[in-house]
Formats: sequence, structure tokens, C-alpha cells
Amino acid sequence: MMEEAKDEASVLSVHGDDIKVTEVLKDGDTLTFLIISKKLSGTGEYHVDRTYDDFEWLQQHLFAQEDVPGIQGVIFPPLPAKPQVNASAKTMKQLGILGLGEWQPYCKAMETFLRQVAAHSVLCRNKAVEVFLTSSAPPGRQKIRKNIFNRLSQAVEEMRKEGHKDVDEFFQTERDRNLVLTSCTKTAAEKFLDMVLTEQKIAVACGHFSAALHLLVEPGEDADKQAFSRVCVKLSEVFESMKKNMTSVAENNMSTLGLGLDLESRHQEAEKEMLFRRTCKLVELESTKRNAEKAKPVKKLAMEEVKKAAETEFEHICRVAKQEITRFEKVRVEMLQQALVQWCEKQLLTAKESADQFNKHLQVFGGMA
Amino acid sequence: MATSSERSPPPFPDSEDQDVLDSEEVGGRDSDEDDGEDLFMSASSPPLINTDSTPEPASQLSDVLTKPPSDLMNDPLFEPIISQTDDKPAGEAVSEPSDDFFDLINNVTTETTGPAVAEISLDEPSDDFVDILGSETPKEEVVVANVTVEAAAAESEVPGGVTEPFTDGKTGNDAGLEADESSAAPIIDLSGDLSSNDAQQQPISDKIADPLVDLRSNAPLAAEAKKPSVATMDLFEDEGSDLFAEPQQTKSAKQPQKSLFGEPDEDLFGEPLGAIAKKNTSKAQKEKSDTTKAAAAAAEGPQPATKPLEPADIFTEEAVTAPPSISTTSTVNKTNGVNSEADTDIFAEATVELSLDSPRTERKTEVKPSASASTSLSAAASIAKPQSAALEELEEEEEEELEDKFDIFVSVKDPEKIGDGMNAYMAYKVSTQTTLSMFRNKTFTVRRRFSDFLGLYEKLSEKHGPNGFIVPPPPEKSLLGMTKVKVGKEDSSSADFVERRRGALERYLQRIVNHPSLLQDPDVREFLEREDLPRAVSTQALSGAGFLKMINKATDAVSKMTIKMNESDVWFEEKLQEVESADQQFRKIHALVESLVVHRKELSTNTASFAKSAAMLGSAEDNTALSRALSQLAEVEDKMEQLHQDQAANDTFSFAELIADYIRLLGAVRGSFDHRMKAWQRWQDAQAMLQKKRETEAKLLWANKPDKLQLAKEEIAEWEAKVTQYERDFERVSATVRKEVVRFEKEKTKNFKRQIIKYLESQLQSQQQLIKYWEAFLPEAKAIA
Repeated sequence: MMEEAKDEASVLSVHGDDIKVTEVLKDGDTLTFLIISKKLSGTGEYHVDRTYDDFEWLQQHLFAQEDVPGIQGVIFPPLPAKPQVNASAKTMKQLGILGLGEWQPYCKAMETFLRQVAAHSVLCRNKAVEVFLTSSAPPGRQKIRKNIFNRLSQAVEEMRKEGHKDVDEFFQTERDRNLVLTSCTKTAAEKFLDMVLTEQKIAVACGHFSAALHLLVEPGEDADKQAFSRVCVKLSEVFESMKKNMTSVAENNMSTLGLGLDLESRHQEAEKEMLFRRTCKLVELESTKRNAEKAKPVKKLAMEEVKKAAETEFEHICRVAKQEITRFEKVRVEMLQQALVQWCEKQLLTAKESADQFNKHLQVFGGMA
Repeated sequence: MATSSERSPPPFPDSEDQDVLDSEEVGGRDSDEDDGEDLFMSASSPPLINTDSTPEPASQLSDVLTKPPSDLMNDPLFEPIISQTDDKPAGEAVSEPSDDFFDLINNVTTETTGPAVAEISLDEPSDDFVDILGSETPKEEVVVANVTVEAAAAESEVPGGVTEPFTDGKTGNDAGLEADESSAAPIIDLSGDLSSNDAQQQPISDKIADPLVDLRSNAPLAAEAKKPSVATMDLFEDEGSDLFAEPQQTKSAKQPQKSLFGEPDEDLFGEPLGAIAKKNTSKAQKEKSDTTKAAAAAAEGPQPATKPLEPADIFTEEAVTAPPSISTTSTVNKTNGVNSEADTDIFAEATVELSLDSPRTERKTEVKPSASASTSLSAAASIAKPQSAALEELEEEEEEELEDKFDIFVSVKDPEKIGDGMNAYMAYKVSTQTTLSMFRNKTFTVRRRFSDFLGLYEKLSEKHGPNGFIVPPPPEKSLLGMTKVKVGKEDSSSADFVERRRGALERYLQRIVNHPSLLQDPDVREFLEREDLPRAVSTQALSGAGFLKMINKATDAVSKMTIKMNESDVWFEEKLQEVESADQQFRKIHALVESLVVHRKELSTNTASFAKSAAMLGSAEDNTALSRALSQLAEVEDKMEQLHQDQAANDTFSFAELIADYIRLLGAVRGSFDHRMKAWQRWQDAQAMLQKKRETEAKLLWANKPDKLQLAKEEIAEWEAKVTQYERDFERVSATVRKEVVRFEKEKTKNFKRQIIKYLESQLQSQQQLIKYWEAFLPEAKAIA
């Protein structure tokens, strides 16, 4: 890891772990993200603005590094789905927690993507990364080449390879585990999102209730009425603070475990894709092997060549993949732990705060009697 | 209108005044003879029935019932005269005494209007007193009659109930029941009176003065007139004769007493008006007790049967005020330096009589509770006495005190489905915990089904609604909810429904027993105490939609009537508007709270499913530390789910249900406004009718048809009485509604505050629980590595 960090340092001119996506500007339907990164050379920062398309361009470039051996064994950092200003229900679902209309978590997710790319020992070597992070001019937005890593077509045409029996037990278990985890994480993230959504609804309902309580306030000099009005106003305050409390609970949930689970879920997807690419290669290798065996003597040599090449490539992939999986394991556990700890701490904080508030309100009401 | 000039100022109508004024008016228009006759007619119009009914006291009392079941305070002061004129002469149809009475009455009016009442009474101390005795005793008599009649009315078996008191003594068996009721009734009345006192200060003092003046001149005659009539009724006989015996006694034998009486009187009048009012009433009660006792003593021989009953009734009445009033007046006497032996004697006798009576009637247990309950009332009243200025506030306080004193807690528990299929119903355990001595036991439990609760409401609203009381409504019947329960679907919504209803029923009962007047209702007691209640029928009318419709209809009627009604009282107008807007707001807020509850429930289910998925994730996880942390998280979330659920329930019961209650209660408030409106309408109708009759009379007069004229006059008299009656009814209902609304508002604030505090406490608790959960989880999360 240390070695890799050094490598990366030499490749990129910015601190990989200090990339920030600070702002998002909405211009019609396009969203522009402001990315700030610190120069390695000392003082000074790079400020660049990138649209979602630019991110996609970067990702495509990363996918397209066909010259790097075993690139297919890399677990590519997952890019969040394209945000939409007026998202349909379906895209909302795809976006998950990032589609709540709040841009802060989305920026956070983008930031995580960039950091992961910058921190990746293989990917950071790509020129596109440097360009993306430092060039003030936007990278070529139009030239997105559709390559074999285009996930959509891949998903359709090669779904059947999913169940292919693996030759390596390590990868077989990894695949099985990944399959389970993917679905579990996805469900968990969805459920969590539901929770957050409901919390937001509660916050809104509390707000409405609090506002409506002011309706009960009756004008008049009558002591009874005034007493009742006071009670109403006070209760309104209570619900206002409950609303705030709920809002912050929802926010905290979103920014900690929500993001964590979302990232985890996308991670698992990325791993799944990597494993799938490997499986595809495996299938390819096996077929070349068969071909080589069956091949007529004339073509035998050529076939053997192909087989060899495939074998080497597969080996590369497997090597990289094993590395990647180990690294990935570590990263995601760390990430999840961080998310959980942060979450827990924030929950504690808000709970304490609101307990404190309730206590105050209670005293006020006690004093009113 | 004839009486319009007089009607507007006094908030509480005094029938006598009006009768008198009316008659005066008539007198002004017609000849003097007419006047007399008219008056007589007006006075005796109800009694006309009495003549027939003398053999059957029941029907006569039912007459009485129509008049006075109202405020003892107002009525008694004037009722006696009415009753004298009404009942007694009526029995005999004496024309001569009637004239006297009119004179009397005329005097009354003149004096009433005159400011120098106090002086007059000072001038003629001796006679006054005798008269007071005379006049007031019959009053009490009437009161007693009222009481019993009211009790009977409460039973809604007017004839039977009324006759009972008379047969009671003879049989001595039904006594218990009767005493129960009569003891309940007076307290209601008294409480009503006490609070209305201050408003009446002026009138009362005037009134009190009146009898004195009147009687001064006419008492002997009246006495004579009455005497023959006494024979007609048992009730009146023993009371009446005694009364008259008493006065005479006092007159002849106790010459010094007169002066004594005169002096305290003077003092009394020297005191603030409010105080006078109260003292006089208390005095009245004293005297009543005195006479009762005398009556008991004297009538023992001839009417052994009636007596036990009578004293008992009076006794309950007496017990309400007598002890405190004795003390206060005696102190007054002392401070004034006028320590009249006669007075103290009377009191001593009264107390002796009390103790004598109770064992004799064997109703000690029955009487006592009411006495204790009422002593608190009167004690409070006596506290309030000295401060005439801040009376109103004091009275409010006193009311509150009383409420606090009602140490009774009703809980509704263990809802249980009984039967199967569509005939199934829910039964609830109604447990009462009380230290009130009006109940036989400290704790008791009965089983009631839902329709019983509705039945109780029907009974109560029938009885108390027209009087302007706000009867707390029970939860509506819910066809949907109940069908679910009946079908036996054991899902959360039906459990929720049952729980909500149980809570609503509990709050409903608690509201009833917290109401000082409703608590005294025999039906309430029966509901709480009796093992087997007769099955409530026709509660269907109250079911769900029907109930709402009824309320809406009432509201419509109210709004329509408001247009017609030229509201004389701005307060009511404002209040009605307030109530209506409050109703709207409450409905809005209720919807909001309900949606909050829905969201909370959603959160609870979402948390549960998250917990489940977290558990699954944990089990799928390879990393042992992470896996453990995730399983821990699942547990925490499971607990959290419970917390959210509790919170939802908390929101429901603290706010949603409370607000739903208040929406129902506001409906009841509007109902009470409606009842007031109805009373007003009746009064107006009667007035219109009277006007018509007068016109007819004028025409007849002009056409010179003496035979028909007589009839017309009779009719006018009848309608005059009715107008007076209805106006008084209206004023009474108005007063009650007003009082009830104030009480309602007070209760509302108190209720909300209590609920909010409870709510906050539970919120605090749940937050603390939350903190505990998270604190326990934090190290687990940190342990992942």
C-alpha cells in the first residue's frame, strides 16, 4: 500500500485524499460540480468545474485502458447514477439515497468516487485522471467511446455466464458471497432509505402540527383563553424542536450510514462486475482451450497461440482481481465501520440534544401549572 | 312587551316579579277588578289542575315540577309565594285570599323597585320576621317538593316518583332509593345556585326584602288563607301547619325574638349585598330546618307517615347548607353583639333534629354521603361568603376545589369480545376507585358493554342537556372497526381500534365523574355500581354516521337560529363563533396529528424491516467483527422499532385522541348552545302567543263580550305564566351554559397541559432510552477493524 501511494504521488500532481467536491451548480438540467484539489507541489489548489458527463468521460477512459494488463480484474470505483433534477420514480429508485433532492450527499458520493480513483494504484496512472482533476478546460465531452465495458449490453448478452462454474475455489466463494451481499446490501440500503424518508415525513408533519397549533391561539383578555393560548404556543415550540430534531436525525442518517450503505451497495455491484468480467474471460479461455484441442493441425498452432494469450490474460486478471478483492475488503470494512461509528455518534448527539430540549420544555410546562 | 322594561336588567328572572309586573301592566290597562282577577288567574292557572289533583299529590307535584326544577336560589325566594298562591288557594279556590295575595304581590313589586328595602325591614322588624319564617318555610317546602320532583324527573317516572315520597313514609321501603335521588338533586341545585349567587346579589337582596315587606302587611291573612288549604295536601299540611304554628309561636311566645331577629337582619343588611344574599339564604335554610323540625315535631301525631320522608328530604337539603350556615350566621350574630337565644336555639334544634331524623328514617347511610359531599360545597360557599367583591373568582376557585375534591378515578380495562360472529360485542371492565362516601365501597368493578356507555350518555343528555349542561359524549359507534373485531381479525388495526376505544371510554367516564353535577346523577352511580344494568336499547341512533349527522344537524339548527335570534348577549355570540372556529381548527389539527401518527407507524415498520435486512447483511458478512456489529445493529434497530411504536401510540393517545375528544366535546358544547336557543325560541313563541291573546282580549273588550272575555283573560294569564316560565327557563339555561362553557375551557387548558406534560415526559424517556441504545452500540461499531 505504501508503495502504491508513492507511485500514485509520482503520477498525480494533487493529493488524492484531499479532493473535494464542494459545490454543485444547477443550470437548467445540467449540474456542474466544483472540484477542489490541493497541489502536491505545495501551496495552491486546482479548482475545476465538471459536469456529470465529464465524470462519465473519466470513467469510460478508465474502463478503456486496454494496454494495462489485467485491467479487467480491477474493481472500478463506482460512479453514482446520473442525477436528475426532475427524476422519475425509476431513476429515483436507482439513485437511492442520493436521489433525495439534497445535493450534499451526492457531492459526497462524487467526492468518494474521485478519491477512490485517485487512490487506486492502477487507475491513477491514467492520464485522464490528471486531466480531469487539473485541466481548467473541460475534457472532450463528446467522445465517449462505447466499449466492451458498457454495462448495459454486457448485462443483456452475457447474463447466462453468470452461473458458470469457476475453476478457482477462491473466486467461486467470492462470487457466491458477492451475490448474497449485493442483494442484502441493496435491500438494507433501500430499507434505510425508507426509514430516512419516513423520518423526513415525520419532520414535515411535526412542522405542520406546530404551525397549526398557532391556529388554536385565541385572542382575548380572558385569563382562561390566555392560559390555553400559552399552552398551545408552548406545544408548538415543542413540536418545532421535535421537527428540528427529526430533520437532523434524517440528515445524519443520510450522511453517515445512508451514504455508507449506498457506497457499499455500489461497491458490491462493482465487484460483481469485475467478477463477471473475469468469469467471461474464463468462459472465453475455456472455449479457446476446447478449440485448441479440437483444432485441426493446420490451425493448431494459431489456436495454441490464442489459448496462450488468453491464459496469460486470465492469469493477469486473476492476479489483479485477487489483489483488488483483498484491498476492496479492507476498504469497505473500514468505510462501513466509519459510517457506523459516525452514525452512532451523531445519533447520540441528537438524542442527547433533544432529551435536553424535552427537559427544558418539561420544566417550562411544570412552571406553568 | 309588557315586561320588557323589567326583564332586561336582572340576569336571573324572578317569576314573581314578572307575574306581578305583568299583572300590574294588565292592571294599568284594565280596571282594578280585572287586575285582581287576572292576577288570580295567573297565579292559580297551574293550580287549576291542582284542584283536581289534590287527592293525587303526584300530578300536583308534576305541576310544581314544571316550574321550579330550576334554581333553588331564585325560585325559592319567590316560589313560596307562588306556591302559597298557587297551591293552597287553588285547592280551595278561595277568591278572597287571592286578592290578598295580589295586594301582597303588588306591595312586593313596589318594594322591589324601591331602594330603601333595608330600612323598611328595619322599621318593621317583628312582623317581618314572623313572615320570613312563614314565607321562607313554604319556600323550603317547595324546595323539597322540587327536589323530590326533580329526583322523580330524573327517574323519568314523574307520577310514580313523585308519589313515592308520600307513600314512602308509610311503606318506608322505597325510602332508600328516594333519598338517594333527592339527595343527589339538591346538591346539583345548590351548587348551581351558589355560583349564580353573585350575579343575583342585587335581585336577591331585593327579593329578600320583599317578602318581609309583603308579609308584614299580609302575612296573617295569608296564613289564614293557607290554613284551609293545608288540609288538601299532606305535604303542605304538615309543613304548612307547622309553619303557621311556628310563626304564631314566635309571634306570641317569643316576643323578644322578634327584636333579635330584627337586629341581625339589620346587620345583615348593613353588610355587602353579596353577603346578604348568602346569609339570607343560609338563614332561610336555617329557618327551614327549624320549621322542618317543628313540622316533624308537630306533625308527628297526625302524619307519622309523611314526616320521616319529608324531614329526610329536607334533611338532605339541610345538610347541604345548614351546618356551615349555622356557624357563619352565629358568628355574625356574635360579632354584631346580637346573640339571640332564639337563633341559637333554633340551630340547636335543627341539629338535634338532624340527628334524630336520620336514624328514624333509617337512611343514615344514604343521607350521610350526600351531606358530606354537600358540606364541602357549602363549606366552600361559606368561605366565599365574606368577600362579596371577589365573589365570582372565589366561586370559580371553589368549583375547582370541588373538582379536586372529587376523589374518584374510573378506569376501563380488559376489553373482551363476547359472543361470536356478528352478534359479538365488546365488554369492558369498569373499575372505580373512590374515597367519596356517596359510594358504598371504595373500589368496585362492573362489566359493561359498549352500548351501555352509549345508553348512559343518552340518559344523561336527555336529563341534563336541556338544562344547558355539557354532557361529555362517548366515542361513536364504529361499524367498520367493530366489524373487524367481530370478524376476529387479529391484526394491529383492530387491536388499535379496541385500545383507542377503551381509552376513549375511560376518558368519557372520567369526564362524567369529574363533573360535579353529573356525578350526582343516579344513573351514573348505577352505571358504576350496579352489577347488572338493564340493557340499553336504541343506541343505534348514536352509531357512527348517525351521531355525526345529529351533531351536524344541531349545528345547522344553531346557525339557522342565530340568524333568527336577536342575540341579546354578546358573550354567547362570541362564544358560539369561537366554538365553531375551534371546532374547525381542532379538526384540522386532528388530521395533522393522525398523519403524524401514520408516519410514526410507518417509521416503526420501516425500522423493523431495516433491522431485518441488517441482520441478513450481518449473517452474509464475512468479516466477523463487521458481521457482529451488524447483528448488534439489527438488535438495536429492533428495540428502536418498539420505541417508534410506543411513540406512535403516545402521539395517538396524547394528542390524536385528546383532540378527537375535544371535537366531540365541542359538539356537545354546541348542543348546549342549541338547547339554550331552543329555550329562547320557546320563550319567544310563548311571548308571541301572549301578544296574540292580548289582542284578542282587546278586541273582545271592544266588542263587549264579557263571557268570552273571561276566557280570554284566563288564557292570557296562562300564557303570561308560561312566558315567565320560559323566560326563566331560558335565563337559567343561559346561566348554566355559560358556567359550563367556562368550566369546559378551564378543563380544556388543564387537560391539555396535563397531557403535554405526560407526553413530554414520555418523549424524554424515549430519548434517554435511545441514548442508552446508542451508547451500547458505539463500542461495537468501534470494535470493527
